[in-house]
Amino acid sequence: MPDTPATRAAQATPASVARKIKGLSDRAIAWIFVGPTIFLLLAINIFPLIWTIQLSFTNFKANRAGREIKNVGLRNYERILTDSDIWLNMQATAHFLFWTIFFQVLIGFTLAYLINKKFKGNDLWTTIIVLPMMLSPAVVGNFWKFLYQPQIGLFNYVVAFFSGKDPSSFEMLGSVQLAPWSIVIVDTWMWTPFVMLICLAGLRSIPDYIYEAAEVDRASKLRQFFTITIPMVLPFLMLAVLFRGIENFKMFDLVVQLTGGGPGSTTELTSINLKREAFEKWRTGYASAYAIILFVTVFGLASIYVKALNKVKER
Amino acid sequence: MSSFSVTEPSKRSKWFAGTMVIIYALVTMVPLAWIMLTGFKSPADAISYPPKVVFEPTLEGYVNLFTTRTRQTPEFLEANPPQTWYEEIVREYDMVIAGPSKFGERFLNSVIIGFGSTFLSIFLGTLAAYAFSRFKIPFADDLLFFILSTRMMPPIAVAIPIFLMYRQLGLSDTHLGMILLYTGVNISLAVWLLKGFIDEIPLEYEEAALIDGYTRFQAFYKVVLPQAATGIASTAIFCLIFAWNEYAFAVLLTSGTAQTAPPFIPTIIGVGGLDWPAVAAGATIFLLPVMIFTILLRKHLLRGITFGAVRK
Repeated sequence: MPDTPATRAAQATPASVARKIKGLSDRAIAWIFVGPTIFLLLAINIFPLIWTIQLSFTNFKANRAGREIKNVGLRNYERILTDSDIWLNMQATAHFLFWTIFFQVLIGFTLAYLINKKFKGNDLWTTIIVLPMMLSPAVVGNFWKFLYQPQIGLFNYVVAFFSGKDPSSFEMLGSVQLAPWSIVIVDTWMWTPFVMLICLAGLRSIPDYIYEAAEVDRASKLRQFFTITIPMVLPFLMLAVLFRGIENFKMFDLVVQLTGGGPGSTTELTSINLKREAFEKWRTGYASAYAIILFVTVFGLASIYVKALNKVKER
Repeated sequence: MSSFSVTEPSKRSKWFAGTMVIIYALVTMVPLAWIMLTGFKSPADAISYPPKVVFEPTLEGYVNLFTTRTRQTPEFLEANPPQTWYEEIVREYDMVIAGPSKFGERFLNSVIIGFGSTFLSIFLGTLAAYAFSRFKIPFADDLLFFILSTRMMPPIAVAIPIFLMYRQLGLSDTHLGMILLYTGVNISLAVWLLKGFIDEIPLEYEEAALIDGYTRFQAFYKVVLPQAATGIASTAIFCLIFAWNEYAFAVLLTSGTAQTAPPFIPTIIGVGGLDWPAVAAGATIFLLPVMIFTILLRKHLLRGITFGAVRK
């Protein structure tokens, strides 16, 4: 604590006296202040989770509320884990996760590195670049659908213009080969700024004297990049990957608006599949078990990842 | 100004970096600019091939967005000349305006639910954050972990029990239900961000106030709140943007009265297929406030999107 007249005065007065001069005790205030928030968290976060766990052991169907609810034990879990279709959804999700993170890290880091050269007006351009990630994913998905239209869409026109193909010869959203890539493109467009911002914070946290010392030691620029820049930015980069990983694992709104999971089920990510089970087929118990499996998967993977992240930070 | 520094990039590398970043920024803006342009096109221009960059601007998209229209007989049209500029636009298609569309209502729902949940999150969040920052509270250190873990649950998974709960409580498709839900989702983030901002306010200010005879409450709202104003404002904008953009809960838990704009905009249908200029107009009106807020927020952006894990 800095030594100021105020601190000295505060230390001179015993804390218990200061507290009891007027009004409620600190303890009471703490509970009054925190109470409503705790209640809301219990109601909206904890209670639903417990209910989902309970439902996951039953055959409950939400559209037939009157039906007798039977306890089916672990059968829902068993069925999900042995269902080959769900493994296809998992594969689609893995493809989406891997490539979005790959491109976002590559482009995001490069941009951050360039912006860190502190050219004139870099603040303005950073703000412009950041805009897409703040927009509503559902509305973004909807208007990218327009850009992807085979005959009239701007995306097809531009690709056709540069490749010399006919713009109606390929359908980004309608073809089994291209649809998984079309969602990767939109997500990369939208979220590269996120990785960029975090990398930029990492780059700016490197103190100049480290580079100055390296310069004195006559380390080449390339050597400096690999032995100073990359290791110092790595914890930040890993954090960005963690956030993007969690977000894209539960991706729903953007992709549902773009492809609706189609064609076939090529872009049916696990969240979209979950929505079908829960709110179209109304297999509530089954979907609850599915939800728990997804939650445990992300939770497990994220915990391992955070451990690795902390190791990197400690170095 | 230092005369020479080994860490200052050379003029040439600055110039190169600047050019590359500007090119990226311009390319990334094309989709957004295209949507805004499309909002001012006629339906024919919107779907022309090759895509038209130069066209005659019209407010048709916006008129179609806010109205419902019906076709009328030539006699009727003859007998009732158009009164307003928007009537005139519709007349070109031998139609008359039958009434307002649902867009206004849905947009208003977005405003009510967005501001309602933001107000509640900030009100409760500031109190809780102050307590977390200044008093010893059990499990306070696990808060960040708790926030992260609630964010790991896919929204659809959360929606299942919420759907059942709201059906029982009569909260489905109500403003109150959505406000409570968004507050519940936002509040842990709000508390965490606000705690970070309040932590930065020196303790001495309050202690001085307490010695001067202020009660804790008075010290809180006369000393701490004004100091935390910027932090509170930026946290509020984050909560607002989240509630504004949210789609999964909105599409599953609302259908009419409380439906917000994101699930509604994609359903705008014109005569014979999707009315792209109207959809684009809706998207423009909906996205513009967020863009403005983002620009206002740029200093605290990083802290908000990383849940306070990275502060500049």
